This record gives sequence, structure tokens and C-alpha cells, in this order.
Amino acid sequence: MHHGKYRFIVSLLAVPLAVYAVFVVSPYVQAFPIAFTNWEGLSASYQYIGFGNFVTLFHDSVFWVALRHNLFLLVSLPVIIVTLSLFFSAALNYQGGVPGARIYKVVYFFPGVLSIAIIGVLWQFVFEPRNGLLNGFLRAIGLDGLARLWLGDGKTALGSIMAVVVWGGVGFYVVLFTAAMAAIPRELYEAATLDGAGAVQSFRRVTLPLIWNTVQTALAFQVIGALDLFALVKILSVGPGGPDDATQVISLYMYTNAFTYGKFGYASAIGVTLFLINMILTLLTFRLTRRERVEY
Amino acid sequence: MVRGRVLGGVSQGFLLVWGAMVVFPLLWAVLSSFKSDQDIFTSPWSLPTRWRWDNFSRAWNESHIGTYFFNSVIVVLGGVVLTLLLSSAVAYVLARFEFPGSRPLYYVFVAGMVFPGFLALVPLFFVVQNLGLLNTYLGLILVYAAHGMSFSVFFLTAFFRTQSKELAEAGLVDGCSHWGVLFRIMLPLARPGLVSIGIFQFLGMWNEYLLPLVLNTDEKRYLVTQGLASIAVTQGYHSDFSGLFAGLTISIIPVLAVYLGFHRQISAGMTAGALK
Repeated sequence: MHHGKYRFIVSLLAVPLAVYAVFVVSPYVQAFPIAFTNWEGLSASYQYIGFGNFVTLFHDSVFWVALRHNLFLLVSLPVIIVTLSLFFSAALNYQGGVPGARIYKVVYFFPGVLSIAIIGVLWQFVFEPRNGLLNGFLRAIGLDGLARLWLGDGKTALGSIMAVVVWGGVGFYVVLFTAAMAAIPRELYEAATLDGAGAVQSFRRVTLPLIWNTVQTALAFQVIGALDLFALVKILSVGPGGPDDATQVISLYMYTNAFTYGKFGYASAIGVTLFLINMILTLLTFRLTRRERVEY
Repeated sequence: MVRGRVLGGVSQGFLLVWGAMVVFPLLWAVLSSFKSDQDIFTSPWSLPTRWRWDNFSRAWNESHIGTYFFNSVIVVLGGVVLTLLLSSAVAYVLARFEFPGSRPLYYVFVAGMVFPGFLALVPLFFVVQNLGLLNTYLGLILVYAAHGMSFSVFFLTAFFRTQSKELAEAGLVDGCSHWGVLFRIMLPLARPGLVSIGIFQFLGMWNEYLLPLVLNTDEKRYLVTQGLASIAVTQGYHSDFSGLFAGLTISIIPVLAVYLGFHRQISAGMTAGALK
């Protein structure tokens, strides 16, 4: 009986484990030693150079620009996306649900299932300077002065890409937050109204504390997402990462180093650094947003 | 009460504006795919003067969107099926049997969800290259399946745990083998879970961009996201605007169809992971 059980377990696990070990575990494990080599180009020869790559990285101005952008996005994107989504969710749930709430949720969520690459191509058209949707719209309503190069202008390039992230990201969190809000018992709102609380107050005193756990999860998702804007930046930015590194982010810089310049050791060092930053920030987010969970 | 109605109206207003902002660019792209280049340049706002279906055939054939589409279908179907097979085997074992090392094994699989894919990118490229699987369907399918396993194992283990052990034991007592129990009782019962995870993986894999970009550099093997992005970036706006819009529309439609068909399960499935 036991013999049969173990043979069964082993035969079920063997293939999946092998696939997972080869394509997931081993690459992650190898990334660390490669980060300590000077491996360049497609030749197989390389030497271990200790922390050399990390020292170079420390003096690499592009890396610092990219890191600064990542940190900026890391703070601003979650704030914008979570605020907007909370606002829309509250509006959708207003007095137990506005008419058409279901349709809104279906429409809002849709960009969230679209490929980031496809969203990138779509918005390339929107931002196109001469015939794009955005400048066309601005000219049509008489705001010609506001029309600009968007992605080609260092001042607006990063902001334009951020707008796309917000456009694509809000729907997911609206659905997430409305689901959490729908679980709040109606009596709590009725009690709040009886106590004289307005819409804003009952949102602050009832809704927000009760869905705080979900907000916290949303923020953690955002932190991970904000470090990885690779596809959008690669497709949307001029250069890519330009103009003049105005939209450079760490993931794109790593990709360029590895697959354009062939600097595999250096790219892995960037990857390891990104990983460490990611770990720290995720832990930090959970600590900062930790609050007593309210049971109801 | 008047205040309440005003507030309700204001909420509706904001909701409508955001809805328009979501729908408008998509609608504009779909409409533009029916226009001539001339129409797009001179009147980007109006309806097409003549509906040009030939944009689609041009995108499908000359811009190779058809080939890319076909490549995507093969890789994604293979990836989804393989992910489901591999993860349900692992999840079933982890949910039903205690054996030495079962806990650590679970964590090894689940840990894959929190590591950034970028870290592993360079070594992954060489792993796939050394196996001779660069620019092959099989290579992408295996990588997709392996990377899809973390979340699927996590999700399906929880799912199998909710199934009654009594049922499995009854099956064993009645003379079913372990395999019989798995295939005749447990997997059929797990169908709803398998369907949810299947839809979830389908969308994720159909939308994947980075992995094919690195592992799939042969132009004939491009997937649809990759192919479209490459056409848009390299030939850009100057050549065939309307054909590009048609290609964009073609690549949006399958996702839109799956989404409209299953939107409830999709939003439930995607948010379930976050609510737990």
C-alpha cells in the first residue's frame, strides 16, 4: 500500500519538477554567480571579478537616472491609481450601487486583460504628434497650444507613459475595491448616516478602515508592478528609454545591456540589484501599511 | 436628499468620463482600421468614408499578422494545456499527501510568484539556447508552462484541499488505484478550478511580451504581440497606418471575445488571488 503511494507520488511529481527546476529555479540560481563575472558578448569565457559590476553600477549615471525614475513611479503610480480606483469604487457603490454599475465594471476592467504590448502600440497612435487622437482632440476643442510631441519631448515623455499605466491599471483595482466594499454590511452605513455622517465621512470612517487590507494588497501589487514597466517603456519611448534617458527604467536598462550590448555579467548585476530593491520595498510596503484588521 | 441626488449625479458624471476615456481610444483604433490612410490623416475623427476591409487582408497577409496569430495560438494553447497538466499533478500530490519535503516543495513553487522575472532573464536565455530550443514553439511552451506553474500550483493546491478526502478514500476502498481516484474522481470534480486557472493562464500567455522578445527572435516565429510591436516600432507611422490599425484590431479581438464571454470568471479569478 505504502509502496504504491510513494511510487504514485514520484511518478506524478517527476516531470513537473524537472520542468520547473530547469526553466525557473536554475535561471534564478544562476543569476547570482553571473552577476559577479565580466561576461561579455557571446563568447563563453569570463572571469569572476567580485563586486566589480556593482562598483561600476554605482558610478553609472544612467543607472541612477533609471533608479530615480523607478522610485518616482513607485511612489506616484500607486497613489494615483489607488486614489482614482477608490474614488470610482465609492461612486459605483454610492447608496448601494449606481445604475449601470455592472457595465462600468466590465468596461473599466477591459484594458487590464489587454496585452501591455498592444496597449503600447495603441497609445503610440494616441500620442502621435500630427494625426494622433490626443493632439487631434486638443485641436478640435480649440486648445491647439496644448498639443505637443508628448513622447518625443523629454518634459512630457515619462508623464505620458504614466498616463497609460493609470489608464490600463485603474479597472482592476476598481473591481477589487468594489468587491471588498460590497462585503461591508449595509447596517454600518445606516448607523453612520443616523449618526449624521455624510458620504465623505462614512467613506473615511466606515469604508476605508474596513477595506484597508485590500488597499494594502493593492499597494503591494503596485510596488512590484512599478518596477517592471519594461514593455510600455520599450514600445512607447523614443530611443528606447529616451529622449535622452527621460523614460529610462531599470528593467529596460538591464535588457539593453544584456541583449543589445551583450554585457551579461553587468546585466545580471542590475538584475540582482533590482531584486534586492524589490524585496526591501515589498517588505517595507507591508510594514508601512500594516494596521489592525477590523473584523466585522 | 437633494444633496444626495447631486452627489449621485456627480458620481455618475465622473464614472461616465472615465468610461469614455477607456472606450474612446479603442473605438478610435477599430474605426481607423476601416479607413484609408488618406482618411486617417485628413479626418482622424470622422467615420470612414468607405469601409475598407482590405486593410485587414493586407495586415493579415503582407504584415504577417496571420502568421504571428497562428504562432500565438500554438504557443498559448500548448502552454495552457501543459501548465494545467503539470500543475494539477503537483497540486494534487501536495494537497492530498504528507511526505518528507512536501512543505518545502510547496514553498519552492509558490516562491516563483514573488521573484521578478527580470532577474532570471539572462540565464534563462542560455538555458533555452543550450537545450537547442531558441526560436522553437516547444521552447516557449515549456518556459510558459514552467513560469505559469507557480500561481497555478498555489491556486489548485488550495482548490484540491477543499475537496473531500472521504471521497478519495471511498474510491480506494472500492478498489480504485491512486491513478483511478485521480482521473475518475478528483480531476472531474476539479473542473471549475481548472477552467478558472485555464482562462487566467490564457490571458497571461496571450499577453506575454518579454519572454518571446528574448527567446523568440526569428521573425517568422514572432507571436502576435511581439510582431505587432515590432511592426509599429520599426516601420512606424510612415508606411501603412491603416494596415497597422487593422493588425491592432485583429490582436485585440480574441482577448475581447474571451473577456466578454467570461468576464465574470475573469475578474473574479484575477481578484481572488489579491483578496486572499
